[in-house]
Amino acid sequence: MLVLDHVTMKYPTGITALNDVSISIQKGEFVFIVGSSGSGKTTLMKLLLKELDPTSGSIRVSGKDYAKLKRRDIPKLRRDIGMVFQNFRLLKDRTVYENVAFAQRIVETPPRYIRRQVPSVLTQVGIGDKYKSYPKELSGGEQQRVALARALVNNPSIILADEPTGNLDPKNSWDIMNLLDEVNKRGTTVVVVTHNREIVNAMKKRVITLKKGVIISDEKKGEYIDED
Amino acid sequence: MKISTLWYCFQQGLKNIKRNLLFSLASVGTIIACLFLFGLFYGVVMNFDSMMTTMEQSVAVSVFFDEGLSEEKIVEIGEAIRVRSEVNTMDYVSADDAWKQFSKELFKNDQEKIDQAFGTDNPLEDYASYNITIAKIEEQEEFVKFLEGLPGVRMVKSSQATAENLSSLNKLVGYASIAVIIILLLVSIFLISNTITIGITIRKEEISIMKLIGATDFFVRTPFIVEGIIIGLVGSVIPVVVLYFMYGMIVDFLTDRFNILQTWLTFLPRDEVFRVLIPVCLIVGVGIGFIGSMVTTRKHLKV
Repeated sequence: MLVLDHVTMKYPTGITALNDVSISIQKGEFVFIVGSSGSGKTTLMKLLLKELDPTSGSIRVSGKDYAKLKRRDIPKLRRDIGMVFQNFRLLKDRTVYENVAFAQRIVETPPRYIRRQVPSVLTQVGIGDKYKSYPKELSGGEQQRVALARALVNNPSIILADEPTGNLDPKNSWDIMNLLDEVNKRGTTVVVVTHNREIVNAMKKRVITLKKGVIISDEKKGEYIDED
Repeated sequence: MKISTLWYCFQQGLKNIKRNLLFSLASVGTIIACLFLFGLFYGVVMNFDSMMTTMEQSVAVSVFFDEGLSEEKIVEIGEAIRVRSEVNTMDYVSADDAWKQFSKELFKNDQEKIDQAFGTDNPLEDYASYNITIAKIEEQEEFVKFLEGLPGVRMVKSSQATAENLSSLNKLVGYASIAVIIILLLVSIFLISNTITIGITIRKEEISIMKLIGATDFFVRTPFIVEGIIIGLVGSVIPVVVLYFMYGMIVDFLTDRFNILQTWLTFLPRDEVFRVLIPVCLIVGVGIGFIGSMVTTRKHLKV
């Protein structure tokens, strides 16, 4: 499903963000990627979203070899990956409905389906009544639910979440994680980058720990490891 | 690309204008100011140029013939002159016409006085002439040389000083206007595309979000281009309409006020000025809106 094979990423500044990293994630898995700042987690997410190209090594997602993808194929790849960001990254001047519908419009979903699917997915993440609101009128937890709804609406095979609870209180953090867990139980592969020790330890999922660009641990039912 | 998607992109372009109202107004304002100045200057220059041409063309060259030259010979000379490219208009003034004209001015048409002084004689018997106006004043010198070389031509009268002055003034005005028009156009292009660039740069985050959730370049860019074209269109139509009405009013006012200068102040008809000004303003406005948004979005699309 998602394979990184001896991936190294060096920035032009000389910093090596990832060093010979190999990861294989099967379809339907739920994986936490943990590590302190500068461990290479964000670079890993950027590589998976093809925002960056690795210096060496190969990346394959859903059978697609990133090295062979043309620029025009990147949008199609990203449509199969639902992305959730720490700072939500919603379109500020559009309503909740428009933010979610936008993800469907780019895949040219017929308007009548959009009208049906958007309310349904908003209800699924628990904000069905907020569809007319603008992002600034919502709490952090609600904004992250909108971002999750946007990531889910096209039924992607993978959800990538980069610190999805980073800006949320414990209750909202758990709500978001439970939603991701539900999505995973329906068959979607979920990869979550996080700092949240309590959640990682409680959920008993696969945990990959990165330190200075190298994998120092990969446990099936892992726990949050203090690198020091 | 489905029609519903294209329609969506078009609607988003319109909504973008509303969402970023301040930026849209700033862009429209910049385009209006630039094109208004450009149009105003263009109108002044074109009229000045036309007045210069009128002045130039009113400077005549007169060709007189050898004494006793036959009518046939005069016609022959006329034909040789008429085929020259320099000739704008050419009139034959017979000796009788020349005398009538002269006596009319001198004796205020007092036939009795004329008869008393000259009887039936025509003192200007050898002063039949061709009065020629030429198209380009700078060609006068060459043309006069040609006329003087024609067999049967006794004398050529022209004002070389006027011709030279007009010719150099016209050249100076020509170069200066081209320079000013180019500078104004470049300043307009720079200001307008700068405003559009700022407007799009502040929405860099929006473009990057769209790209990261899988939007194609076309999908991201089209609303910005629609927005750029509409801003350009509105920004160019307004100054053209204002100038169109202003032109009529100013021409009427000047013609009215400076009645005495009517021979000099011959304004170009409105349609003649705007036949060029309308397409130029529309192309500049819409073109900059289109190219500006196209180029600026391209910069931010590499996500």
